[in-house]
Amino acid sequence: MKRVYVNEKWCLGCHLCEYYCAFAGTGKKDMAKALKGVRINPRIKLEEKDGITFAVSCRHCKEPLCVKGCITGALTVTDGVVTIDHEKCVKCFTCILCCPYGAISYSEDKTVLKCELCIKSADRIPACVKGCPNGAIVYEERG
Amino acid sequence: MRFVRYVIIGNSAAGIGAAEKIRQLDKTGEIIIVSNEPHHTYSRPLISYLLQGKTDEQRMKYRDDTFYERNECRLLAGKTVIKVWPDDKYVELDDGETIPYDKLLVATGSSAFIPPIEGLDTVTDKYTFMSLSDAKALQTALGRDKKVLILGAGLIGLKCAEGIKDKTGEITVVDLAPGILSSILDEEGARIVQSHLESEGIKFILSAGVKSFCGNTARLDNGKTVKFDILVIAVGVRPNTKLLEGIAKIDKGIVINDKCETTAQDIYAAGDCTQSTDVSSGRSKIMALLPNAYMQGECAGANMAGYDMSFNKAIPMNAVSFFGLHIITAGTYQGDVYTDKRDGGYKKLFYGPERLNGYILIKNVDKAGIYTALIRERTPLSSIDFSLICERPGLMAFTRIARERILGGAQ
Repeated sequence: MKRVYVNEKWCLGCHLCEYYCAFAGTGKKDMAKALKGVRINPRIKLEEKDGITFAVSCRHCKEPLCVKGCITGALTVTDGVVTIDHEKCVKCFTCILCCPYGAISYSEDKTVLKCELCIKSADRIPACVKGCPNGAIVYEERG
Repeated sequence: MRFVRYVIIGNSAAGIGAAEKIRQLDKTGEIIIVSNEPHHTYSRPLISYLLQGKTDEQRMKYRDDTFYERNECRLLAGKTVIKVWPDDKYVELDDGETIPYDKLLVATGSSAFIPPIEGLDTVTDKYTFMSLSDAKALQTALGRDKKVLILGAGLIGLKCAEGIKDKTGEITVVDLAPGILSSILDEEGARIVQSHLESEGIKFILSAGVKSFCGNTARLDNGKTVKFDILVIAVGVRPNTKLLEGIAKIDKGIVINDKCETTAQDIYAAGDCTQSTDVSSGRSKIMALLPNAYMQGECAGANMAGYDMSFNKAIPMNAVSFFGLHIITAGTYQGDVYTDKRDGGYKKLFYGPERLNGYILIKNVDKAGIYTALIRERTPLSSIDFSLICERPGLMAFTRIARERILGGAQ
């Protein structure tokens, strides 16, 4: 299946992936207006240190430890995509305990945040991929 | 060709993990799940959230309503297996029915331990806090004018306290240990969480046990007395091993190997009723935790279906919160200690010369799973930037090649 892959060689450290991710959920037309003055809660997050930067989002593992560990059954796999049912989630953070990549995070109100590959968007192409200005984040099949 | 008949005793995480895996690998075998509870599979740890009103019986179902149908499992709910007959390979139910098996999984969980305290029989309103029916029974007894005494300041007792806080009057927690949550926290961490709970109105009497009960009065061994209306007993759990007594090796729990096999032919065990190797300490112990239960069940299921699977990465690990304060812990607390108390948080990492053994995170729990993975995978610390990862967990501490594999390759 197609997944989001990150090539840190091409990452500019511009954080646009985070903004496009946060914007994708707003349903608004203008990014600047939608996000201005807002503390964003992106599902993809940059790591940066000493000039090295790269974005991290859910790997949609074939053997997802978050799904296996989820105490409520809120995390499930559908057609290879790991998704979360916020109705069922009780914010216990067992998924954060289990994810080996630190790819699951939480917002200020403790809502669990994870990438769902923009499966609900019209073109089903992840917003971070579309928004990356340097092709450092791609959406493709790599076996 | 004869279909394989799988019998699973237990309808919680381990049993469900096994059923899902078996059905994934064997499309035709017959799967029968026997449960002594009359319910669709539900998440046990959610009973405190149920009382708190943060979930309901529909949402706390561990799998959706179509689960048994989709996986072609027959659920015998509200039936108890009273005996396993390993020579003739069948189980006997309390209603006299017998069910033959080719492969049997014992995923019977654990039960609340009731300490033999003098006068306990004189207490009328007493509850344990393990199952949905326990929670419902306690719920009907609650009231804002009621005083609740909880025996045990462990995870079960304290989640119960949080769950009923707004629905009852005073809550007092008594524990023999000097600190709360002694199974997952060190002394200092325990003090932080205790004062947080106290600020929410929970009272503690620690280093004290109940010597005797007389009706609604508990007499403690330190001379104090506590009056209460409702007693919750949460001093610990015991694995339900009885079915395999004299059949398979039992120590504290049912002993299983990496394949979740017991010492008896064609009988597997998984979840809270078992004891297995904790890779963070190398010791064999009971690790009664939902993620481990699921993964053991899954492993047992694969082996029952004739495949070869090992689960040899069990470690103690917990994610829990009380009144908004999050705690994540894993592994064994031995070795050198890295401490970080920035921003009102509390972090302790316990490490040896080559391995991370365990950690405690309170409040700031970001990316905790990176630490968990270092423990679980026994990652050599020389292969990562350990001082960086101590400061903040992240993939940055790994080599570029490792990152390429993680972020650029299929997992």
